[in-house]
Amino acid sequence: MSDLIDSLLSLTFLAQVLRITMPYALAAMGGSVSERSGVTNIALEGIMLMGAFAAAAGAYDSGGAISVSLSYGMAAGIATAALYALVVVTFKADQIVAGVAINMLAYGITPYLLKMFYNSSSNSPVIEGLGGNIFANPVFWLAVLLVPVVHVVIAYTRWGLRVRAVGDHPEAADTLGVSVDGVRWQAVLCSGALAGLGGAWLSLSGSGFVAGMSAGRGYIALAAVIMGSWRPLWACAACLLFGFAEAIQVTLQTFDIGIPNELVQTFPYVLTMITLAGFIGRSRAPAAIGRPYEPD
Amino acid sequence: MSQTEAGQAAGAETSGRPPALELRRVTKRYGALHANQDVDLRVEAQTVHALIGENGAGKSTLMKIAYGHVKADSGEIWIKGKPVGKHSVAQSIERGVGMVHQHFMLVGPLTVAENVILGREPLRRGLLDLGRASDEIRALSGKFGLDVDPSARIEDLSVGQQQRVEILKVLWRGCDVLILDEPTAVLTPGEVRDLFAVLRGLVAEGMTIVLITHKLDEVLAIADRVTVMRRGKVVEEMPRGGLSAADIARAMVGRPVLLRVEKGPASPGDVVLEVRDLHVTGSRGVAAVRGISLDVRAGEILGIAGVEGNGQSELIEAIVGLRRTDSGQVRIGGRDVTSAAIYRRYEAGLAHIPEDRQDRALILDYPIRDNLIFGQQRDFTWKVDVLDTGRIQRRAVELISQFDIRPDDPGHECGDMSGGNQQKVVVARELSRRAPSVLLCAQPTRGVDIGAIEAIHRRMIEARDRGLAVLLVSAELSELKSLADRLVVIYKGQIVATLDGAELGVENVLDRVGAMMVGADRPTEEAAHAPP
Amino acid sequence: MLRRELATIGLALLTALVAGSVLILVVGESPLVVYQLLLKSTWGTRYGIGQVLFKTTPLVLTGLSVAVAFKVGLFNIGAQGQLVAGSFVTALAGAYLPPGTPGPVAVVLCVGAGMVAGGLVGALPGLLKARYGAHEVINTIMLNFIVSALVLWAGNSLFFVAYTTHTKTVIASSHLHHLGFEGSAANTSLFFALVLAALVHLFLTRTRHGFEWRAVGFGQRAAENAGVSLKGAFIGAMALSGALAGAAGANYVLGYKHYFERDIGSGVGFMGIAVALLGRNHPAGIVASALLFATLAHGGLEVSELVPKELVEILQAVIILAVAAASAYSMRRRVRAGVD
Repeated sequence: MSDLIDSLLSLTFLAQVLRITMPYALAAMGGSVSERSGVTNIALEGIMLMGAFAAAAGAYDSGGAISVSLSYGMAAGIATAALYALVVVTFKADQIVAGVAINMLAYGITPYLLKMFYNSSSNSPVIEGLGGNIFANPVFWLAVLLVPVVHVVIAYTRWGLRVRAVGDHPEAADTLGVSVDGVRWQAVLCSGALAGLGGAWLSLSGSGFVAGMSAGRGYIALAAVIMGSWRPLWACAACLLFGFAEAIQVTLQTFDIGIPNELVQTFPYVLTMITLAGFIGRSRAPAAIGRPYEPD
Repeated sequence: MSQTEAGQAAGAETSGRPPALELRRVTKRYGALHANQDVDLRVEAQTVHALIGENGAGKSTLMKIAYGHVKADSGEIWIKGKPVGKHSVAQSIERGVGMVHQHFMLVGPLTVAENVILGREPLRRGLLDLGRASDEIRALSGKFGLDVDPSARIEDLSVGQQQRVEILKVLWRGCDVLILDEPTAVLTPGEVRDLFAVLRGLVAEGMTIVLITHKLDEVLAIADRVTVMRRGKVVEEMPRGGLSAADIARAMVGRPVLLRVEKGPASPGDVVLEVRDLHVTGSRGVAAVRGISLDVRAGEILGIAGVEGNGQSELIEAIVGLRRTDSGQVRIGGRDVTSAAIYRRYEAGLAHIPEDRQDRALILDYPIRDNLIFGQQRDFTWKVDVLDTGRIQRRAVELISQFDIRPDDPGHECGDMSGGNQQKVVVARELSRRAPSVLLCAQPTRGVDIGAIEAIHRRMIEARDRGLAVLLVSAELSELKSLADRLVVIYKGQIVATLDGAELGVENVLDRVGAMMVGADRPTEEAAHAPP
Repeated sequence: MLRRELATIGLALLTALVAGSVLILVVGESPLVVYQLLLKSTWGTRYGIGQVLFKTTPLVLTGLSVAVAFKVGLFNIGAQGQLVAGSFVTALAGAYLPPGTPGPVAVVLCVGAGMVAGGLVGALPGLLKARYGAHEVINTIMLNFIVSALVLWAGNSLFFVAYTTHTKTVIASSHLHHLGFEGSAANTSLFFALVLAALVHLFLTRTRHGFEWRAVGFGQRAAENAGVSLKGAFIGAMALSGALAGAAGANYVLGYKHYFERDIGSGVGFMGIAVALLGRNHPAGIVASALLFATLAHGGLEVSELVPKELVEILQAVIILAVAAASAYSMRRRVRAGVD
């Protein structure tokens, strides 16, 4: 038991928490941008998965170049998000239904592509990835920098103001000449880039792509957005909580403390349900969220 | 009290400027509904032009077309003497036409400054220049008497203040033609006078005002010219001079209109609805009802006068059970229902006509017959939970004929009906409950055409004469004056005045009431400025 | 109204056809060949028809499950977890009943237990929504993960037969008769599913609670004002929803393997969403739609040498997207009056 405590208080554990939190945080930041503009983003899960696959493919193709993998990941995220935006912003379909469908699509396409390219039904070939000390890795610090950047963009730029307006009172923005659908498209694409990056991190910090590897993180990221009252900074803080939960769960599996591994694995999911129940009343969603905008 | 004698009668030639706004043969259809049919409108510069008509006459649609928010099916739009090709909101603003909407187009969680600059944001080093925006807003506020704090959040402001922000929005963009859509709907008589003073100031500075309204007295108070619309067409176009309310009303409806409903004296019986020291918290955590007590007797109509947002909605919601009561008591027929489930209150004798029928009263996807039993479905159920479809159909046929509901097909979807007919369904349903003893009505004739208004008013008097205790909340003082036997005034969650039948008959009582609606104890100032 | 729905469905199917053809071409095969083989191996042989019917049964149930939740305005993405929970409990009940239990009693108890289990798993998110307003989408998805982990743990520690990932065999009297499609596992639970579909439809359209639930789905605030208990509707609908998904245990456990095994009914819960949407949340549509997806599912297996079987999952997602987009488009054409 004291072994367990020691390892929990170590720097390696902290590094692990941060490494594990990063995909959640990136997805949550993306989610908060799109949700702020009024588009619910259940599709984060599928976008992450596509980003993870693309990044692994990029790493394999380029022989381990991180920048290539990350850009593949972002591109895949943007492409997936574009499909989502087409269906919910342009065609104004129900956002939750479409989001679930995008996730199903991702879960179906990734094994399809795995078979096509790598002749495997579940794994991509092993890649270099982000090994070693993440504090020394510039990509980590770049990702950390994104956090305040997203916050500043939402709160202090012209585009951020329009996003906030469009998510709360789209008709008001429309009467002032702001294109509601245009801003929403941009917000969704932005969330695709960020969540795709989060997915890329997933496969790069492991050793490649594994089928279904997002494992619900996209949904948990969404829960973090809700917990964080749709503010990017607070959502990231909530992600730390979930990252911590996942790290604990991994650590506990290597220590035998009497709780079966299967139950330990449920920890992040149970935590999500509990926090959703506790927080939902206090946070204030963008007023127009989930509803497509139809001008007269 | 109408101004700019120069603007009257002679028209554009006097001021030498082209018409501020001109619409030629504008037509707009929504499916089978002709919202606007071949409309010609000419608004001269530097005047106040009133566009009046009943609800549904097409005034709002016409102005939204003028503003570029809605696209017309055919016709031309000319702004300041030049035709507009491809119209859009951006075009209008560019040419100096701005619109102040009836339902404010303001983003609640954002500040005044952020709302004003939205769409045309000034930048400094890539970021929003809120400092400059605030300075410019303050300058405009001072110039035109539109006092407001640029850093305040919209959702923290009063309705009157929010309207000032709406006006500032268009002024900040350099608009000099302002279209105001039903601007006084949510204002007290005092605030209306302030607004009109502001408008006169704007015209004096060379601006043009188009006022969309359905209130005759406003037209008389401020307009230079009047255009009357009915059923999508322009029926009259005349200068203000020499017009009376009756003239305009007749033009609006096409026949002489009874501005009052026939009402016999009340003979109140026992107290049926008792509210004791009620405290209710509103949606944003603020106390909305702060210690209200009232009694309503069988056979009387108690009116509640008050500007929207002073707790009357929350009061009704608490009595119905849609909102939690913090403390106090509600009794129906002697039974304590303060924390009872909603359906039990209906069983105790409650009937409710909500203020927003599409949101609270009707299921628009359901046919008329289903909406007619909605809320009473337990009464139409056999054993094992099965509905008695035969009885439901028969009741629908009966009520449709009794209340003149159109179309008269019980299977017709309610979403596809006019506002007046939808409200008739609600009224028919509530008055046909098994044994109603209390009728709560909130804004019962909002969004309803004059013909249906008369019918609904008659039904309310009928209900009263049948022995129901009627509680009527209305923002229309004239409605209260013609229906209520007693009147209370609500202000900031409390009852600040009670008037009985005799006091209600007095000449300028509405002015007094209006003053109390803003918390003025002594209405002397208001009385001095009262219209003759 | 009907014409609009049919147009929506037609458009969705067309889109799927096109998407499928593209995907087939991408792996270097001919769409015509693949589609022909798919049809022949499903509706062209007795075994094929049997397998299609076998897969239709759980899809009807999960489709109904999702549709019932939609009627109150809720999204049940947890049909998978509810199905797993129900199947697991059905298998346990069947395994531990005394061997002499008469057939009908055994079947009723097993399926009943499964439905109760599924109902509880469904009711939880309903309760969280009713009490705390918590997002049922995320909660049902979380429960999918949690239930499969719990079932795995219960199996590994207690109920799985040693060295396997399946439970003890259920007693013989609870086995369901096969329908005789040449070795296919299609069994009498198909009729059970169809009867349930009819019952659900009658419930929703002819009873007071069905009337109230649909009202909640159309206009929650109006239903509230009318005295309908929102909490009751949410919990009740989610419980029924979960129970319907849980009834699928009859097909897999009692009618086929006679035990519960890991990964049972994989993907069926999510396919139920597509079934409900394509079937426009109407029982008749759901049955037809379930037949279609079952055909794709079995056909997908049969053509898996030519094309990866995930093609089916991709197609089902494409169908959902197409239906969602098409129905939104057609809704916009309806002009609503209502304010004078």
